[in-house]
Amino acid sequence: MTTSTDQAPADEAARADAHLAVHLLRLGDDALVLGQRLCRWITRAPTIEEDMALSNIALDLIGHARTLLALSGEADGTGRTEDEFAFTRSDREFTNALLTELPCGDFAVTVARQLVYAHYAVLYYEALADRADLRLAAFGERAAKEVAFHRTHADNWALRLGLGTPESARRMQRGLEQVWPYAAELFDEDEVTRHVVAAGTAPSPAPLHPVWQRRVGEVVTRAGLTVPTPRWRAGGGRAGLHTEEFGPLIADMQSVHRQFPGGRW
Amino acid sequence: MSARPTGTTPASQDELLAHFDGLIAAGETVEPRDWMPDGYRRMMIRQVAQHAHSEIIGMQPEGAWLTRAPSLYRKSVLIAKVQDEAGHGMYLYSAAETLGVDRAALLDALHQGQQRASATFNHPALTWADTGAIAWLTDGAAVINQAPLCRTSYGPYARAMRRVCQEEAFHVRQGYDLMRTLCEGTPEQKAMAQDAVDRWWLPAVALMFGPPDTEAGGADARAAALGAAVSRRAMAWGIKRHTNDELRQRFVDSCVPQAERLGLVLPDPAIRWNEERGHHDFTPVDWDLYRAALGEDTHWSRQRLAHRRAAHEDGAWVREASAAYAARFGADGPPPPPAPDPETASKAGAGPAAVEDVRGGAGERA
Ligand SMILES: [Fe+2]
Ligand SMILES: [Fe+2]
Repeated sequence: MTTSTDQAPADEAARADAHLAVHLLRLGDDALVLGQRLCRWITRAPTIEEDMALSNIALDLIGHARTLLALSGEADGTGRTEDEFAFTRSDREFTNALLTELPCGDFAVTVARQLVYAHYAVLYYEALADRADLRLAAFGERAAKEVAFHRTHADNWALRLGLGTPESARRMQRGLEQVWPYAAELFDEDEVTRHVVAAGTAPSPAPLHPVWQRRVGEVVTRAGLTVPTPRWRAGGGRAGLHTEEFGPLIADMQSVHRQFPGGRW
Repeated sequence: MSARPTGTTPASQDELLAHFDGLIAAGETVEPRDWMPDGYRRMMIRQVAQHAHSEIIGMQPEGAWLTRAPSLYRKSVLIAKVQDEAGHGMYLYSAAETLGVDRAALLDALHQGQQRASATFNHPALTWADTGAIAWLTDGAAVINQAPLCRTSYGPYARAMRRVCQEEAFHVRQGYDLMRTLCEGTPEQKAMAQDAVDRWWLPAVALMFGPPDTEAGGADARAAALGAAVSRRAMAWGIKRHTNDELRQRFVDSCVPQAERLGLVLPDPAIRWNEERGHHDFTPVDWDLYRAALGEDTHWSRQRLAHRRAAHEDGAWVREASAAYAARFGADGPPPPPAPDPETASKAGAGPAAVEDVRGGAGERA
């Protein structure tokens, strides 16, 4: 039984959790969709070492997604599992930033996207390790260490391609131009982030943007390349408004799971 | 560490051969700096290269299912497995390099069709259950095939195989577990599992062990004699430890009870326990069956090679960039950027302190 006086705080707590759930879902979807995209490289990489490195990164990202999606299901009170989130939602229900769903392109586009994402992810997971509840902080600490390796991998390749041959430099610059308009969405703040920040459950990515800009700017400059200055920026992923290439990605990912209703895997 | 001929005068061919034979007879390993007969070196290069190629080509049928794995747990397991196979390829190419051929040359030979991977992977992975059947059956066959290779006479190969075998055994368990889950699932899932076993049994039993090399294994007298001669030479050099047919029998004996536990039928009506032999009888893999399983120059053999070649060609500019970069900067990379002017740096919030500032900012909001 509840009286009207204790109704309000209970609602507020429930709402706060709902916001956290959405926030975790966004982070989880970013990791899941990027991991899914990277799978395409495995068996197609320029060297066997890169097959292994990109497998490793994909594996870490899928691992992050599993934790984050499961935590989201707890936070929203539905108890939905990682697989329910991954395999039974429609593409319009996915909340990843558009950056993560862009097709792989050539190796330079992939490196450019990894550069953008890994630098962001290190900053965000470090902030999470500092500012979140215990379980989420523990996740942030572990994930920050893993994405730091992804960042090193991306930095090294940006340098090698930027300073390698004229062709690789041209491709790397084109890769940067291609992904740069999609970076800002990672740092967007909205209703959801404002609520989790107010509730103290998770940090906002927005204040990390300047540090990110400086750090990736340093790498790009050191690689002899130019930081793009796009005249537009992408958005909409957080609201489930995706690119046309996203539908086939989700259809492919969910195809076996959906083909066997009631199946256990 | 193997013994080497001592003394300052160059050893004669006979002395070298006697030394080599001595190593083999004593069960010691042959190491890269030891003298070895050309035939031994050639046979070893051929075997290690084919093995390496098989690991790399073998990534493809399962790799095709990475994006479609029906749970995130299975997706992780499969990514890790395909990554392991790439690692096996690396160990083995490194072992081959100790014999004086470099990886690029071996890959070129694969891409140009001068060397081949195991024909096992010239078969399509048509459903998700195929990833389970491949891991359970073909990795299972690999374990049985490769366990004796951990003691093969060439040291670098034996050491590579020890690492590979541990991981292969893990793959088999995971493949079996995947099949068990399907068999305990819906009737449709179980039917998918059976269908996969129906298609992967023959490639595993026939191709993972090589052609028949005994009359008991189904070779006719002439073919058996030829196969046996090849196997005998490999055994005399300590490269092989058992005949193909002996290992094949071991594989069948290990699979039958596992299939029974899964409730799956191995697609060979001749399989039954033979009390007298203490082994399971099965349809001998004769030369016709072997050739039928080979699938050489088919859609899939071309497809596997084309996939591999496309990856290599698409990556050429990346490897060229890497080489140019290494030639220009060595291992250290380009010099670090000049230290920023301290005044602008503090304004822009440079350095680790800035990260703290930013995190503080985020915290203040909370
Ligand atoms: Fe392997
Ligand atoms: Fe394996």
